[in-house]
Amino acid sequence: MKNNLMNTNHFEKISSDILREAERLGASQAECVIALSKGFSVSAHDGDVETVEYNQDKSIEINVLFGKRSGTASISDIRPEAIKSAVEAACHIAKFTGEDTAAGLAEKEELAFQYPHLNMAYPWSLSVQDAIQIACQCEREALAIDKRIMSAEETTINTMEAFYLYANSNGFMGSYPHTRHELSCVLIGKKGDEMQRNFSYTVATDPSQLQSTSQVAKDAVERTVSHLGARKIKTMKTPVIYLAEEARGLLGHFIAAISGGSLYRQSSFLLNHLDKKIFPSFMHLQEQPHLERALGSSPFDDEGVATRNNIFIEDGILRQYSLGVYAARKLGMKTTGNAGGVHNLIVKHGNKNLTELLKTMGTGLLITEIMGNGVNIITGDYSRGVSGFWIENGEIQYPVQEITVAGKLQDMYAGIQEIGSDVDVRGNIRTGSILIGEMMVAGS
Amino acid sequence: MTDVLALAKQDLLAPSGLNDNQLQNVIHTLAGRNIDYADLYFQSTYTESFGLENGIIKSGSFDIDRGVGVRAISGEKTGFAYADDIEMPALMQAANAARSIVKQGDEQPVQAFHKRVGHALYQPINPLHSLSENDKVELLQTVEKYIRAKEPRIVQVNISLAGEYETILVVGSDGHVAGDVRPLVRFNVSLVVEHQGRRESGYAGGGGRFDYQQLLTGDVAFHYADEALRQALVNLEAIDAPAGSMTVVLGPGWPGVLLHEAVGHGLEGDFNRKGISAYSNRLGQKVASDLCTIVDNGTLANRRGSLNMDDEGTPTQNNVLIENGILRQYMMDKRNARLMGVESTGNGRRESYAHLTIPRMTNTYMLNGKSAPEEIIASVDKGLYAVNFGGGQVDITSGKFVFSASEAYLIENGKIGAPVKGATLIGNGPDALMKVSMVGNDLKLDTGVGICGKDGQSVPVGVGQPTLRVDDLTVGGTRSAS
Repeated sequence: MKNNLMNTNHFEKISSDILREAERLGASQAECVIALSKGFSVSAHDGDVETVEYNQDKSIEINVLFGKRSGTASISDIRPEAIKSAVEAACHIAKFTGEDTAAGLAEKEELAFQYPHLNMAYPWSLSVQDAIQIACQCEREALAIDKRIMSAEETTINTMEAFYLYANSNGFMGSYPHTRHELSCVLIGKKGDEMQRNFSYTVATDPSQLQSTSQVAKDAVERTVSHLGARKIKTMKTPVIYLAEEARGLLGHFIAAISGGSLYRQSSFLLNHLDKKIFPSFMHLQEQPHLERALGSSPFDDEGVATRNNIFIEDGILRQYSLGVYAARKLGMKTTGNAGGVHNLIVKHGNKNLTELLKTMGTGLLITEIMGNGVNIITGDYSRGVSGFWIENGEIQYPVQEITVAGKLQDMYAGIQEIGSDVDVRGNIRTGSILIGEMMVAGS
Repeated sequence: MTDVLALAKQDLLAPSGLNDNQLQNVIHTLAGRNIDYADLYFQSTYTESFGLENGIIKSGSFDIDRGVGVRAISGEKTGFAYADDIEMPALMQAANAARSIVKQGDEQPVQAFHKRVGHALYQPINPLHSLSENDKVELLQTVEKYIRAKEPRIVQVNISLAGEYETILVVGSDGHVAGDVRPLVRFNVSLVVEHQGRRESGYAGGGGRFDYQQLLTGDVAFHYADEALRQALVNLEAIDAPAGSMTVVLGPGWPGVLLHEAVGHGLEGDFNRKGISAYSNRLGQKVASDLCTIVDNGTLANRRGSLNMDDEGTPTQNNVLIENGILRQYMMDKRNARLMGVESTGNGRRESYAHLTIPRMTNTYMLNGKSAPEEIIASVDKGLYAVNFGGGQVDITSGKFVFSASEAYLIENGKIGAPVKGATLIGNGPDALMKVSMVGNDLKLDTGVGICGKDGQSVPVGVGQPTLRVDDLTVGGTRSAS
């Protein structure tokens, strides 16, 4: 695998060929992305392997500019003749697009010519047979813990090695390998006629940082059986806590609202909110793109611009937007190295763990699962289906489901009372559980 | 009539000089040992899109994806590999990987190839060539000028035109060889209006398995722009949505996404084989009110969710899922059908050669009832009339589903009242369908925009329904019901 997939020189040459071909066809600027990945996933069911999938993906994206007109093409085929025709296709399309004054590559001084070499690739020397053994073991452990677990829908191991390269005609060429490994277990619990499905997973760049099969099995069982007996609650206003893994989404909406694409399209409720207070004063949101081993890390962004420790929220105040080159030009600003998004958003947290946070709330709703897509970034209107637990005296009373929580993101952000210390490090946004003073819950 | 299979072979096999004998050899390698079924899935997809933003044709793209997926099934086990080179060495390598799932065993006879013919629901054409690039761009510009001239409060317009030309060839160890050529086009308009500092959006679009010329006939593209504007202006007037349990009337057409979520996914064969759906082991039982007859029909001409054959070469069918409230059948691909001892219903689909086939919906809709839509609205004292939705999601095990209204109105004393802001509706599939108390006589299918996601795979689908009254659904607004 290392021989072909990670053959940096080979792909650097392909990218140079692409840029040269674009220039030959008259393009004034050009850029390309080469992304490759290789790996497999196995899933176990009923004590035996159910599927083995071998993955091997290649993609090349080419963007050319003729002055301020652009055209793009992509292919999954890296043979020279296919690449040549893709460059031609991109150039052909550029004839029909309009003059866009904001179009163009990042300026030379913005490019990350000296980018850090982050450790993001930890290949897993795992055979398919070993992976099957691990998945089967995790399933076996889960099924043995609690009689209310009726079956395991699937227990999966997924492992991938990948390579990313970006090059442009302003002289930038950068690449890095990265890996991703995941173990997940999906269970079905049963009590009378009621069935509940839930899961647990562990994911990391480095397989040595994955949780054990026992931990994943135990968490999956706990999450599944604890939701058995779920009922509706009545419609009311109440405090809520978003469990850390769901709190992530809440801050994901914030990032969407301060991203250049939403802003220049006037499609964000945070338009013209720079230097305004969005969150309470204790809130601090910072991007840390160079964390070792983190899944969200990146030495440069999707336009070759150096990534950096952006502080988006300081003392609750919006200090900057998340911008790529195009949106920045549209807004009369500078890129913040966020073409393609943010890299490891770190949310400053308090010192209470989840148990203590529940005590602080006293009575209210703990949200453990969110369904649907009822979020409007233009207006901030928010309405989602949720499941979780009803809390009284800081303790779980019973599981709840088939209810919604609704509000306006503006009010929800301002109404955050505390961030727990139970940070979930599995995703690109790292936050603890979030306590919000009051939201509308609709039920029976 | 065009020989679609010959077209597919020409496009997929001819460039590499692959022939039937070589495919026989691959299938023989694959199916040689303890394998119940194996197949090869060749696919090429050419996609283009043009996007206009505020007067500028900003983006144009052209994408090619070609490859072959190889699958071997033994009992409940599936081995799967794919290659993005349609060449003999890559094919053999994928075949060896796929069959490694099974231990050595006896030789199985491989069936001789025979052609399996699908429907002819759409023309085997390349829609990308149905309009010149200049005309594609001009269509976007003309529609934008038209809609901007209508309303000065528009502050943002995005219009896109996209087309796809897909060719597939399926070769199965059961001897079936089938091909399909699948055109698909789509036109979308989204816009933002601003009035006194308040900004709201509207969206509309449509498409199907035809060429771009269809979008030029009858001003259909302009109607989508009108519709997007109408929705945005309605949203400017919208008040906070109510919160709590109430009677909900769902408009005809796209609100059928309710059926897709609340019923459709729960009737897919994979979940039911494992017994983990809220509808598992309930064939022949009453799962909806008597008024409900729901079908999944892949055989509608030119529809976005239609297929001449599914991705296993099985011709699609008009499957009655629920008949007068009684659960009649699940949707099946070949694998789950074999394991459950039934026949495939033509619902085996995959996003691409790089994805495994699983049971999926095509066009899912409820048949007409007897009530006039006005009569249904007049029957409600206090409730919600929801006519447009964003999307939905379901937990097939507990049966709970959500879908998000993007256009809805209060109903008061049998009359449609003020528009309300988007709100999530939540319920439980089997419960909600039992509470359908009136079904309209105005069945409508959606305009051709549906995308369904499952196991990380997206496929185009259709939905539809007549106007429906559901007694008691939870509406996730922000305003306490007074």
